[in-house]
Amino acid sequence: MARVGVFICHCGENIGRTVDCPAVAEAAGRLPGVVESVDYKYMCSDPGQQMIKDAIKEKKLTGVVVAACSPRMHEPTFRRAAAEAGLNPFLLEMANIREHCSWVHEDREQATAKAVDLVRVMVEKVKRNAELNPIRVPVEPTALVIGGGIAGIQAALDVANGGKKVVLVEKSPSLGGHMARLSETFPTLDCSQCILTPRMVEVAAHPNIELLTYSEVTNVDGFVGNFEVTIKQKARYVDPDTCTGCGACYQKCPVKKIPSEFDAALGSRTAIYTPFPQAVPNKPVIDAEHCLMLTKGKCGLCEKVCPTGAINYEDTDREVTRKVGAIIVATGFQLWDHSAYGEYGAGKLADVIDGFQFERLLSASGPTGGEVRRPSDGQVPQTVVFIQCCGSRDPKRGVEYCSKICCMYTAKHAMLYRHKVHDGRAVVFYMDVRAGGKGYDEFVRRAIEADGAEYVRGRVSRIYRRADGKLIVRGADTLAALPVTIEADLVVLADAIVPQTRSAELAQMLGIAYDMNGFYSEAHPKLRPVETATAGVFLAGACQSPKDIPDSVAQASAAASKALGLFSNPELEREPIIARVNETTCVHCRACINACPYTAIDDYDITDRNGNVIRTVARVNEGLCQGCGTCVAVCRSNSIDLDGFTDEQVLAEIATLE
Amino acid sequence: MTTIGYYPGCSLHGTGRELDMSIRAVAEVAGVILTEIDDWNCCGASAAHSLNHNLAVALPYRNLALAEEQGLTEVLAPCAACFSRLKGTTVRLRRSDALLETMRGITEHDYHGTVRILSMIDFGSRLLDEGLAEKLTAPLDGLKVAPYYGCLLARGEEIVEGYDAEQPTGMDAALEAAGCEIVPWNFAVECCGGGFSMSLTEAVVDLSNAILTDAEEAGADALVTSCPMCHSNLDMRQRTINEAGLGPHNLPILYLSEVLGLAAGLQPERLGLDRHFVDAMRVAERSA
Repeated sequence: MARVGVFICHCGENIGRTVDCPAVAEAAGRLPGVVESVDYKYMCSDPGQQMIKDAIKEKKLTGVVVAACSPRMHEPTFRRAAAEAGLNPFLLEMANIREHCSWVHEDREQATAKAVDLVRVMVEKVKRNAELNPIRVPVEPTALVIGGGIAGIQAALDVANGGKKVVLVEKSPSLGGHMARLSETFPTLDCSQCILTPRMVEVAAHPNIELLTYSEVTNVDGFVGNFEVTIKQKARYVDPDTCTGCGACYQKCPVKKIPSEFDAALGSRTAIYTPFPQAVPNKPVIDAEHCLMLTKGKCGLCEKVCPTGAINYEDTDREVTRKVGAIIVATGFQLWDHSAYGEYGAGKLADVIDGFQFERLLSASGPTGGEVRRPSDGQVPQTVVFIQCCGSRDPKRGVEYCSKICCMYTAKHAMLYRHKVHDGRAVVFYMDVRAGGKGYDEFVRRAIEADGAEYVRGRVSRIYRRADGKLIVRGADTLAALPVTIEADLVVLADAIVPQTRSAELAQMLGIAYDMNGFYSEAHPKLRPVETATAGVFLAGACQSPKDIPDSVAQASAAASKALGLFSNPELEREPIIARVNETTCVHCRACINACPYTAIDDYDITDRNGNVIRTVARVNEGLCQGCGTCVAVCRSNSIDLDGFTDEQVLAEIATLE
Repeated sequence: MTTIGYYPGCSLHGTGRELDMSIRAVAEVAGVILTEIDDWNCCGASAAHSLNHNLAVALPYRNLALAEEQGLTEVLAPCAACFSRLKGTTVRLRRSDALLETMRGITEHDYHGTVRILSMIDFGSRLLDEGLAEKLTAPLDGLKVAPYYGCLLARGEEIVEGYDAEQPTGMDAALEAAGCEIVPWNFAVECCGGGFSMSLTEAVVDLSNAILTDAEEAGADALVTSCPMCHSNLDMRQRTINEAGLGPHNLPILYLSEVLGLAAGLQPERLGLDRHFVDAMRVAERSA
């Protein structure tokens, strides 16, 4: 005979405001099989959990229903408490009377009635619950890090220094990401390359890190602790083992006018190239799209000059697979394309550039050797206008959110420009300055007060090029309530931060969620900021939301510690919510095998004692099954049931609602 | 033969006579019959909506209702202000049944929303589709033009439908079909001074001067507009601008329909080119 305890939580005011909790407890107390029914202000608190534990022991409960928040929030908490009191944790169920009831209803009477229904449903279910035991699966203590920018580098180093193996996959030929392109970094103005390149070298040299550059993840199978990842290594046409990185090849390459990705198209590169002199690995690749040998079959100069015979025009893409236990996604961001703004020249004005282009003009390793010279005619601009929020906070044509880092880097740009061009004028148009962060507001004040950047609060309505080459910038000074017109030589747009072009594709491969803007979603916006809703997949850096370097590094270290935590045990417990085939009734129609999205079901031969196959049936791999229930729905002979969600349980839940 | 309704509004019977003449002439070449709405009234222009909201909708509403009653499904409103008022009213009526009811009460006309209002830009592309393209036998080879849209031909997102307010290109196809070369310039959607021509002439002088200057610096031989108000500011006020010590300008201001008419080989006098303040007849000589 079932002995069920029901515990109704007020969640402070969250539930209690809309649902009459004592009335729900009283109604639940009258349900058949319920021997204890109480309500309490905070059931998840220590005294609340103690109430449950005491009742389990004193009333010899065989099942517990906690009516409170979503099971996603506190089911593990309450199941742990039940286990501590000696009850199998899977004999505890939650009725969600917060998200599914009090938060979405206003009428107290109706909400209370619905809460009673939700409790009754779970009471009927828990009476039919069976004891289940967690499944233990081995953990492969290797992390896959996707993306070799600062976030990926930091995460890889932290995991590797924690003694675990790392596979770091980077799509471009070198580590470094966007940070390698920056001149100096806010708020301390230390040289970006100087602080980054030692870390890049450390990654390449680390015995625990396998570095796969010029590679992309193409498939992800498996589950937490046991992912199987397929990685495409793009053809480099240069054997990295024999290449010494001497550079003879790219000095001789006749195709020289390819816009350099690293220099934001302000400089050019050859067809065989390393993206920048400090690249890691410092081994060139051939850009197959532009190479004369690969496109037209003639040239072969690099092969002739290579002293080690490392060039191989026959190279092809290769696929490799790696087994990993955790995945850290650090794919970063790109800039929004401002050609959507016709009023800013639709991307056609040479001297209206984006933030990365200005970084390259400031950088000592940039196309102008660190002198600020404008793209159209190479002149040093005497007036530079910086426009913040270009595409950001514009739900109509750009993006709705604030890109977070632009206020700071614009202040830095204005400051560095004034350091380089002492008599130059730096004008910044802003909506409002958002400089929250350690030393950040002080930095912006310094740009204004010490370095003389002119800050104008207002938007720019139009930029056009006058016949004499001046860029006419027209806008509003909303503090002075006056229209302003500035004759500028260069305009720098702080374009919005947006996710990488193929971010959604990767999310679907990994089975993680992304928001309406394409940024990856964390499991909880406050309490689980680096985990995704998919176990074993963690986030680092700007792929989750716009972030500066300190935030990206902090999140990368957090993601690494999550991975290391996962690797600290050789085995992993996972919920035993899996499908089970009744092998005596299975007719081996294979419908479930075809339907399973996780390829967790396979043929199984039942043999007699002599080893002869008598029958073939379907069997579920406990390690792979995710408990989705698809097979249960398609089974024609009703031979599959889902532990924890059996037909008997579900039908009883439905029946009690009538 | 295609029939298109015609709403000339006040301008085309007054300062915009050339626009009226050239529209009728090119429509005839294209084989399109223009049927003027019988008993049309003022569109309300810039005056009505600053006085009374219902009046501002009721005036265009009556015109729409008359057009519908007279069996017209499309109506050309060449003046940019008329276009904006009439088309804007169709948009407002689509949004609100209550407004439709009010208007039925005020005007005692039942309008059912069947009339589509065409701007000059819509009309230009429409004529090309109707066969005008093959009849442009005297292209203005290499005439460099700056297409000018001003305010109301590019703005009002739901009204202009599909044109980019900041980079409109609606006139490009018709101008290119007429053999013109379009110069890239910056002032295509700037304000000419609009209705301040009389009350605040200095503003018009400043604003129109900037437009003319940019068009000339871009190398334009002529500026092409589709709005009679812009035309009067840029053409008629050019002398005032020069007298104010700006410029000096000498830039012919053409209507899109005049350009199409010239390219179709029509006599410039029939298009009203001889009526311009700034000599526009010299453009006619470019016509092959």
